[in-house]
Amino acid sequence: MQAPLRPLLEARDLACQRGERLLFRRLSFRLEAGTACHVTGANGAGKTTLLRALAGLTTPFAGEVLREGTLGLLDDRTGLDPELPLERALAFWFALDAAANTATLMERLRLSALAEVPVRYLSTGQKKRVALARLLSQEAAIWLLDEPLSGLDIASQGLVSALVTEHCSAGGIALIASHQPLDVPDMTSFAIEDYQLALPEGDGIEGWGEQSA
Amino acid sequence: MIVALLRRDLAQFFPFTGSGAALPVVFFIAVAMLYPFAVGPDANVLAKTGGGVVWIAALLAAILPLEKLVARDIELGFFDQLRLRGLTEEVMMAVRLIAHWLSFGPVLVLATFPAAALLNIEGETFRLLILGLIAGTPGLAAIGLIIAALTASLRAGAALSGLLLIPLALPILIFGAGALARQDPASLGFVGAISLGLVALAPFAAGAAIRAAREQ
Repeated sequence: MQAPLRPLLEARDLACQRGERLLFRRLSFRLEAGTACHVTGANGAGKTTLLRALAGLTTPFAGEVLREGTLGLLDDRTGLDPELPLERALAFWFALDAAANTATLMERLRLSALAEVPVRYLSTGQKKRVALARLLSQEAAIWLLDEPLSGLDIASQGLVSALVTEHCSAGGIALIASHQPLDVPDMTSFAIEDYQLALPEGDGIEGWGEQSA
Repeated sequence: MIVALLRRDLAQFFPFTGSGAALPVVFFIAVAMLYPFAVGPDANVLAKTGGGVVWIAALLAAILPLEKLVARDIELGFFDQLRLRGLTEEVMMAVRLIAHWLSFGPVLVLATFPAAALLNIEGETFRLLILGLIAGTPGLAAIGLIIAALTASLRAGAALSGLLLIPLALPILIFGAGALARQDPASLGFVGAISLGLVALAPFAAGAAIRAAREQ
């Protein structure tokens, strides 16, 4: 399933900003094949910013990111055309990623019944499952998951944990930013707050963060 | 990957299959239909001014699809997902430019046939008009794409894109419509040259713009 290369995700002294504000600094970690890591942090602490910097979508303020292996990103956007029926919208990504066993995948994520429904009619949780289907079909070595559990029902939350566990036991890497706990064995974790600048007391981090989130 | 992307982009923007993309053509024909009513049915006046009206209609029709051209796919995370698969923003924008032009350029050229009939444009003027539009619409598409990408992350993007297009499209309009007034095919060479320059520039400018939009 995975690329022949052993995947690796490493951050060295990473610092990221949003607007004029430095969100965190001196963040370093190294994830090797088969490991999962849980990132926690309050709203606006910089979890999404971190994931986007790791994905190479934005340039970090300082530090560097090392990636080896294909990259999959799951966030609150499905990347699907809202007017198209789900099956046709997903077919674009399935074709792009040359995905196999898409029928099994759709069945597992309980999407088969929704095949004819236009994407814009799907609920938040359903959209999340659709995004998961796109991620799975990509068969990327490194998963960056931004709030994969938000909006999902209990059964689907369990499924996400199971999918991450499977992905890691197959030699993949997963970095998960989430407020909810995940049931993944041997998962490490860190809080993004540990890398924040020491701010004077009463500084309105949260207010700013909420606004910009 | 590029072929799949082009197919998807065309499905999104092509008139009658895409979402409301027939609007530019309808707008274009509507201007040609209304103009004789506004200035009166004098065949000489129509023949003299009609070519310029067609050019203005084409220019304004090119603005109409801009709002959806780039901003929506940024919101959808579409470009981000393509980026993760190793496609550069320049390639995405080059494909988008082709799809954008195909979805309004050839249709406008075809729509010029009924429009010319309505405006009493014939003979050499008609020939120069059609050739001018063929040479000029790629340039209009390129300007449109650059503007759409630049204004994608702005709140008042749609209003601003109309405003920005006017000065940028002026050279094409001056040489394109000027060719009709002077009956001078040579200025169509300028239209083609400007178009080519813009088409070559657009993927880079638009690609840089959507990369910059991510950093916000």
